[in-house]
Amino acid sequence: MKRCKWSVVAVLTAVFLVAGMASAATLDEVRSRGHLIAGVNGGVFGFSMPNDKGTWEGLDVDTAKAIAAAVFGDASKVKYVALTAVQRLPALQSKEIDVLCRNTTQTLTRETTNGLNFVHVNYYDGQGFLIPKKLGVKSAKELGGATVCVLPGTTTELNAADYFRANKMEWKPVVIEQTSELNKAFFAGRCDCLTSDASQLAAQRSVAPNPNDYMILPEIISKEPLAPVVRHGDDQWYDIVNWTVMALIQAEEFGITSANVDEFLKSDNPGIKRFLGVTEGEGLGKALGLDEKWVYNIIKQVGNYGEIYERNVGPDTPLGLARGLNALWTEGGLMYAAPFR
Amino acid sequence: MKTADATIEQQPPEPEEDIRPPVTQIGVIGWVRANLFNGWFNSVLTLVTLYGLGKIAPPFFRWAFIDSVWLTDGRACRAAAGACWSVVTSNFRFIIFGFYPYELHWRPLAAMLLLFALLFYSRDRKHWKKSLLYLWIGGLCIMGLLMRGGLLGLEPVESTRWGGLPLTLLLSVFGLTAAYPLGVLLALGRQSRLPGIRYLCIVYIEMIRGVPLISLLFMGSIIFPLFLPEGITINKILRAQVAIILFTAAYIAEVVRGGLQGMAKGQYEAAESMGLNYFLTMRLIILPQALKIIIPPTVSILISAFKDTSLVVIIALFDVLKTSQTVLSNPEWMGFSPEVYIFVAILYFLGCFSMSGYSRRLERELDTG
Repeated sequence: MKRCKWSVVAVLTAVFLVAGMASAATLDEVRSRGHLIAGVNGGVFGFSMPNDKGTWEGLDVDTAKAIAAAVFGDASKVKYVALTAVQRLPALQSKEIDVLCRNTTQTLTRETTNGLNFVHVNYYDGQGFLIPKKLGVKSAKELGGATVCVLPGTTTELNAADYFRANKMEWKPVVIEQTSELNKAFFAGRCDCLTSDASQLAAQRSVAPNPNDYMILPEIISKEPLAPVVRHGDDQWYDIVNWTVMALIQAEEFGITSANVDEFLKSDNPGIKRFLGVTEGEGLGKALGLDEKWVYNIIKQVGNYGEIYERNVGPDTPLGLARGLNALWTEGGLMYAAPFR
Repeated sequence: MKTADATIEQQPPEPEEDIRPPVTQIGVIGWVRANLFNGWFNSVLTLVTLYGLGKIAPPFFRWAFIDSVWLTDGRACRAAAGACWSVVTSNFRFIIFGFYPYELHWRPLAAMLLLFALLFYSRDRKHWKKSLLYLWIGGLCIMGLLMRGGLLGLEPVESTRWGGLPLTLLLSVFGLTAAYPLGVLLALGRQSRLPGIRYLCIVYIEMIRGVPLISLLFMGSIIFPLFLPEGITINKILRAQVAIILFTAAYIAEVVRGGLQGMAKGQYEAAESMGLNYFLTMRLIILPQALKIIIPPTVSILISAFKDTSLVVIIALFDVLKTSQTVLSNPEWMGFSPEVYIFVAILYFLGCFSMSGYSRRLERELDTG
């Protein structure tokens, strides 16, 4: 019996040792595989969703494309894996995917207990309220005593409860399981207001019988910084993903777009020359283990952050989201890239 | 009414004319009287049902056909009073084929047509020969080649991009055909005289039947990969496929066991007296009879397994239900869920109904009563 136990221990140890040795740098794995594997949501319009031809589109999808452009010089070398909310973290931990671009909120527990690292935020979301204009309310602070349509079991419900309690207001939640049913109930007048993530409220407003009768209140009552996620323990890969997102933001700050990036190659600005890898010997790309033209490839093929935003969720899309917190820091937003030097 | 004259016998309507029952007992009126108004209770039930139908059917018909729009964009749909079938027609190719590269859709289409042709051909028991087996093997190879590509100048398509109806059919057809023999083996194992095999089979069957399919799918998609050595990942579709096979096999095993226990003891003894060994007894005497009497319960398990494949939605495989739901999260089409779900229901109904229809036919032909 004792021998049996010991042999089990020995086998398990061997398995773990082999498993430990087999772990290679993510960048090398991605390179030898020939494509990046990105985990996405698959059901959130504007962030990651297939269009009617089955091609992936969205802000998170474009972020994954930018990483592929940085690594391979080719934004098309991405394979997308659609993941549910419960699947997303294990999929990353078990190395099924290289990076998770799936509107995931950065939290302390996820960074520590779950062994993950969030890179620079690529979308600042937050919870807001949608109300009918005829309610005559201009601020969420005036919502005392309101009935509120809300999805159950999410942080949304808890956030709303916190908000009303903190502001010493009464509220009556109307909890409805399905988003489509929730919308119907709200537009039929069963509740005074509807609460959800701000990026979703716009889409919900757009399906109203008459969208102009409804408005989104200015207050955002929770912080939802959505960022791409990588595993603990591979700092080089973290740097690559992190600085890819920053490069998108920095390019917008410089005013470099996919249309004019070739002209900027001739720029005299030393910062821009370093950024685009024009200056010999600066080695920003080399420091990351990438090609010196990595930023050029990202901007040329995917565009800067502003372009990605406008294309997927901006005012001209069905979502019609204003930049808000996602504007550059120079324009009152939070998008701020560390210096490229 | 026996007639000597053969010529008269060949014109049956005339001799029957004089023995026709009164008009109130045959034809439409007779049928209605016999089936709908035979007694006050049934008459009341009929009237209540008719009233209900009259309330529901015309508005539904109006919604689905008269006021409906078929080939517009989402904006026009919102203006229409009736059903918006455009949500299905404009996204038809995504709903059916999922992520498969758009310009290569002919390949899954051809594979599905080939599958339907094979299934149709196999309906007839006259074709049940060895050649049919080879035909299926060849057909499956061609289907695999069409889906996967990579040979004969066909562009390779990774299985991660398979989706929609082909994925549903793949999961069900392979799931059912692999689960059936496995289930028979498990049932035989559970009856085995060797305790090792017997307890193994009992533990397996009871463990699988003790948990829902969803938990097996979750195990396969979330927990199982964490135990694998790093760097090794097993295809998501394969994991779901194996979970479905294991699950269905346990249920089939119990049905087959019922059939085995239904066999008279004399059958076993007769086989033994002929000097047949275990395998010959099973193959020639017991299984052919046992499997025949369990056709109805087997088919209901197969039908529910077919419908259960839609549970792969929860592990984000894009089967035909998931592709349809995805369309609904596009703001342009948000809110047209009834139309999309009716369409998916029709697809599933066609599959299930043809299965049960075929099983009835088999029962008739094999005369199992």
